[in-house]
Amino acid sequence: MTSERIYEKLLPIIQTYLPEDVSKEAVNRESDLTRELNINSAHLVDIVLDVEDQFDIEFANEDMEQLRTLNDAIGIIMRKVGER
Amino acid sequence: MAHFQHILDQLPYSEPFRFVDSLEAVSESGVEGRYRFGEDAYFYKGHFKGNPITPGVILTECMAQIGVVCLGIFLLSEAASDGTQIALSHHEVDFYLPVYPGETVRVISEKEYFRFQKLQCKVKMLNEKGELVCKGVISGMVVK
Repeated sequence: MTSERIYEKLLPIIQTYLPEDVSKEAVNRESDLTRELNINSAHLVDIVLDVEDQFDIEFANEDMEQLRTLNDAIGIIMRKVGER
Repeated sequence: MAHFQHILDQLPYSEPFRFVDSLEAVSESGVEGRYRFGEDAYFYKGHFKGNPITPGVILTECMAQIGVVCLGIFLLSEAASDGTQIALSHHEVDFYLPVYPGETVRVISEKEYFRFQKLQCKVKMLNEKGELVCKGVISGMVVK
């Protein structure tokens, strides 16, 4: 799966959990999920659980620790989908 | 019942904001506990004027303390370090029946998942007749 295809599937998941004061257009590949998009730690877990369902993969605690931006998520997803 | 005392001892609440009397069952998958709303609880003075009914936020708090915090303490019992707390992160509750002063309620919680420090549970509260008082989904985050 290409990084572009993963981004297309990831974007709506992220947008679901944006706080009301963050516009959907503000999201890009470099966006920091918690610091820039203001997603709280509980919703970060929701995002990971939705990503796991969407891509049929499983995140480990180490993956969670590395997760800061959408690009980080795309990297983790690409690796896991490749290993599957 | 007494063997759940170590969980009750770790609850970070005290009067007048502790809404757990006892735990009947605790396992990896869920918890069941009870609380009696004493007639002299402070909130009955104002909720409502001359017509005391337990506030919905207090019922929600009772469900969270038994259903999420007690279960969280149990699930963390081996991993928990000093200073670990469980912070409410989300709740969505529907209410069906009022709870009057002096009533005892039973809270039954089923774990939906506990991952990456987030514990989410399906929780319901029943009155002494076994009727549904309220139910919903409550989640909390383990924080240090």
